[in-house]
Amino acid sequence: MAGPMKARARMQGNYADVRVLMSHPMETGQRKGRDGKPIPKHFIQNLEVRLNGKTVIEGEISQAVSRNPVFSFRIGGAKAGDKIEISWTDNNGDTNKTETAVA
Amino acid sequence: MRASGTRTLLLAAFAFAAAPAAAQTSQFEKYQKMVGEDSPAELFVLVGADLWRKKQGPKKASLEKCDLGKGPGVVKGAYAALPRYFKDSNQVMDAESRILYCMETLQGRSRKDALKRPFGNADKPSEMEYLDAFVASQSDGYKMTPGMSHPQEKRAYELGKALFFARTGLYDFSCASCHGEAGKRIRMSDLPVLSEPGPARAAMSTWPAYRVSNSQMKTMQWRINNCYRQMRTPEPDWGSEVVNSMITYLTVNAKGATYAGPGTKR
Repeated sequence: MAGPMKARARMQGNYADVRVLMSHPMETGQRKGRDGKPIPKHFIQNLEVRLNGKTVIEGEISQAVSRNPVFSFRIGGAKAGDKIEISWTDNNGDTNKTETAVA
Repeated sequence: MRASGTRTLLLAAFAFAAAPAAAQTSQFEKYQKMVGEDSPAELFVLVGADLWRKKQGPKKASLEKCDLGKGPGVVKGAYAALPRYFKDSNQVMDAESRILYCMETLQGRSRKDALKRPFGNADKPSEMEYLDAFVASQSDGYKMTPGMSHPQEKRAYELGKALFFARTGLYDFSCASCHGEAGKRIRMSDLPVLSEPGPARAAMSTWPAYRVSNSQMKTMQWRINNCYRQMRTPEPDWGSEVVNSMITYLTVNAKGATYAGPGTKR
């Protein structure tokens, strides 16, 4: 079950500054639970940012990223009103997405 | 002559206190600004808003009709006007105590049930943490105006003040042992002098807060509870007169601040 996700994008000169907040446990697989058994790894592997439907950023991230990660991107060539979609896929195959318009 | 001598001495003392603190503060302030710009605190607000509207308890009711002091159903600006005295419960209540009161009265839940798990953890935040974040977010930009006129509010303030300076427990600590003198810190965190309006405003206007180091939303009830734990006293009861009076004292010290929560902490 994926928690909420929130994004905002603002024009800063000639690029759009995109910020995205996502809920995810980002378990490394290194931690042990109270029962002494390792907690299975569970982390976001792929991140994709689309500008008006066209993929502009594809990222592979790892267990090194914190719980509830915050990302920011700068997208050149964007303009106010453009649609930005952000989605992730984790190692269990779960996904979540959100979208926002550039302000 | 005497007056001028005193002033010179005061200025010298101030310069001495401010100089070493400034160099260390700048990095910490930069870090605080960076993590505060877009914070996972907002995710807690989103979940809290859903929980606020969710029908729960024996009465299958939501909290939408909750009277947080501005009338039933008014959440805007309510957090910034708490704690205050409530006639219906005959108590001075902070935001969390009031949310609990609404869980009991509107949703028909027992105090025991609603308080089963007031403090959550990173894997499973508590219902109260989500709700408190949501209620607090609705006061962003409002002036902090805690209740200060009712005799019970004055009593809570005085009790909180007495508790702030009372040394107790295994370590013979008081709140003022850490928060009573400028320029103190624990590791990289500056310790605000919470009896002074300036530092109290900065602190109280940014709680509840998301803790980056342990990925959790922390509330004021937790903050006071944990300070007492660090002082090695017996654990104060959640929402008790001790905790609520302490929150009242601290919030009154911070009155007039512009509320800017929920915040983000180290």
